[in-house]
Amino acid sequence: MNINLTLIGQMVAFVIFVWFCMKYVWPPILAAMAEREQKIADGLAAADRASHDLELAQEKAVERLKEAKEEAAGIIDAANKRANQLVEEAKDAAVAEADRVKASAQAEIELEANRAREQLRSQVAALSLAGAEKVLGAAIDQNAHADLVEKLASEL
Amino acid sequence: MAASGETQTVSEYIVHHLTNLTYGKLPAGFERHGADGVHVVPEGGVWTFAHGGAEASAMGFTAIHVDSMLWSIGLGVIFCWLFTRVAKKASSGVPSGMVNAFEMIVGFVDNTVKDTFHGHNKLIAPLALTIFVWVFLMNLMDLIPVDLVPHLLMLVGVPYQKIVPSTDPNITMGMAVGVFILMLYYSIKVKGFGFVKELTLNPFNHPLFIPINLFMEVVGLLAKPFSLGLRLFGNMYAGEMIFILIAALFSAGIAWMVPAGLLQIGWAIFHILVITLQAFIFMVLTIVYLSMAHEDH
Repeated sequence: MNINLTLIGQMVAFVIFVWFCMKYVWPPILAAMAEREQKIADGLAAADRASHDLELAQEKAVERLKEAKEEAAGIIDAANKRANQLVEEAKDAAVAEADRVKASAQAEIELEANRAREQLRSQVAALSLAGAEKVLGAAIDQNAHADLVEKLASEL
Repeated sequence: MAASGETQTVSEYIVHHLTNLTYGKLPAGFERHGADGVHVVPEGGVWTFAHGGAEASAMGFTAIHVDSMLWSIGLGVIFCWLFTRVAKKASSGVPSGMVNAFEMIVGFVDNTVKDTFHGHNKLIAPLALTIFVWVFLMNLMDLIPVDLVPHLLMLVGVPYQKIVPSTDPNITMGMAVGVFILMLYYSIKVKGFGFVKELTLNPFNHPLFIPINLFMEVVGLLAKPFSLGLRLFGNMYAGEMIFILIAALFSAGIAWMVPAGLLQIGWAIFHILVITLQAFIFMVLTIVYLSMAHEDH
């Protein structure tokens, strides 16, 4: 139990070991630990960010899908509308054409009828003149009775 | 039991186990009682290994406990070697088994320092790690069967061997005094004249009380290294003593073998707790004392 030079020796050894630890042991180990801590923290943050990004992307995809569906529906709608419109237009055009054809046919018919009537009238004039001649037994001056005949013909 | 040829009494056995291997200077005129008669140390003294406690005492301060010193430095070198290896292997990648275990110790010490010490000082954490691991390793020697190493060394001619450095007050007080010097250094460095004020104007802030304050504060200050060093020494010495007593019990007869064995195992298991706890206490108190030295009121 003697206190002796061992005390001094231990103090010197203590100083040397503490110095050694301070110089060569503590800094590299702590640096490695801090670096790893940073790395893990970064990794976790990256994972967080990735999952957040994924969520965003999913949201975006859903939105895109919705948009696309809406757009498609719009296009189909427009196409339907356009088709209807075309049908409508075609119908209108057909009706118009039919009307036009009918009108021209009617005009022709009228023309023909008029012509026939004119022909008939002129023939009626001649016939009535001939009849009257026969009845009267004399010739009727065509010129003298022209207005009479004309009047008759127009009453037909 | 150490079989030293002739039969030993239990007290001789215990004394033998508690004697350090001492190398020192015997004073002139000291009478050495050897197997071949009495030699008187000539003028100027003589440097030699002490044979027995009486010679070791006669050497006074000019002696060194070779066993304590070698085991202590050897364990310190083991500490440095182990941790340097870990420091070289440590990277930011996935730590392997050994690196992981040692990093846990480093992380534990770092946390303890951060919790207790609030200043900025690059010395404190490595100091705490050195103390914790080194003291733990020194205490760990206590778990080696008490007779194993001394007996083996005796066979090759080394008369005394104490393999637990922390049962030597020189070792524990050496570290405590080292911590004390650091305390004084940082007290003066951080507080400057405030340190003198702290010693003289506390707890009674009046010039008349300066002598009383100074006495009380100096006693309080000196108590720190003593409590630090002697606590470790006392615990380890008592633990070692009990191991020796249990070992002595083995020689009491065949009937005592089983109880002695059970006691040995029980005390060894309990001692695992003690050696860790004492290393931890030494470390924490060092941090606390140095933290107090840094606090300027």
